[in-house]
Amino acid sequence: MKAKVYVMLKEGVLDPQGAAVQHALGALGFDGVEGVRQGKVIELDLATGTTEATVREMCEKLLANTVIESYRIEM
Amino acid sequence: MHAAVIVFPGSNCDRDLAVALESAGAKVSMVWHKDTDLPAGVDMVGIPGGFSFGDYLRCGAIAANSPICRSVVAHAERGGYVLGVCNGFQVLTETGLLPGALRRNGNLKYICKPVELRVEDCDTVYLRGYKPGQVITVPIAHHDGNYFVDDAKLAQLRDEGRIAFSYVNNPNGSVADIAGVVSKNRRVLGMMPHPERMAEAAHGGTDGKAMFDGLMDALALA
Repeated sequence: MKAKVYVMLKEGVLDPQGAAVQHALGALGFDGVEGVRQGKVIELDLATGTTEATVREMCEKLLANTVIESYRIEM
Repeated sequence: MHAAVIVFPGSNCDRDLAVALESAGAKVSMVWHKDTDLPAGVDMVGIPGGFSFGDYLRCGAIAANSPICRSVVAHAERGGYVLGVCNGFQVLTETGLLPGALRRNGNLKYICKPVELRVEDCDTVYLRGYKPGQVITVPIAHHDGNYFVDDAKLAQLRDEGRIAFSYVNNPNGSVADIAGVVSKNRRVLGMMPHPERMAEAAHGGTDGKAMFDGLMDALALA
């Protein structure tokens, strides 16, 4: 079974990479991009029966730094 | 004083830190990240700069979960001294020994240059060789030194006098110009600038030397 973990900087934490992407899109002529946030996706191959609670623990302990990042799990 | 300098794959300031500590008079043991225990009788642990584990996942995140870091956390919790420089600061925030996190620099650039730091009014042995308000010049060399804490934590750090160094001209976007902070018991210091790279005349300046000398004096008296 697979799980996907989406890690994003929390709202309110400045994302300089997202801001740079937004700027670059504007320079390419794409109008109307009002905000860009850049994050990461981590794909996990898990043994059958691994619970979402376990994946949550992985996020809390390693995959996300919850001081500045939020995460969302898709099982 | 017996100091241990931790070596991770990708550390590149470990020898510089060891030389600075030895020059101040410390006995230094280099400790590999796969070791589970610190050498007996270690007073102080140095976590050096570099790119531990290639900065994979997040700077310092993998190192913070390496076998030796469990012993470093236990050492700190027993009241031991820990100094984390640059990547070492990132590792210390990832272990939770220090608050906050280090984000990508605001201008997205790797910055390598001498910067002016203001020594803050922070009661810690690391700053005994300096005067509050003194401005020193120490190099930075980082891509992810943009310090973040939320407003509540920032207020707490200020109330408790735990900001050790501030940038005179903020190079990286750090909240409140913060360049270094100490733990609640003031024995764990994390800082992005490199005092070990400004510790002898051949470096072009000696403004970092007082930190190692001050630490040495304080621990010799203890």
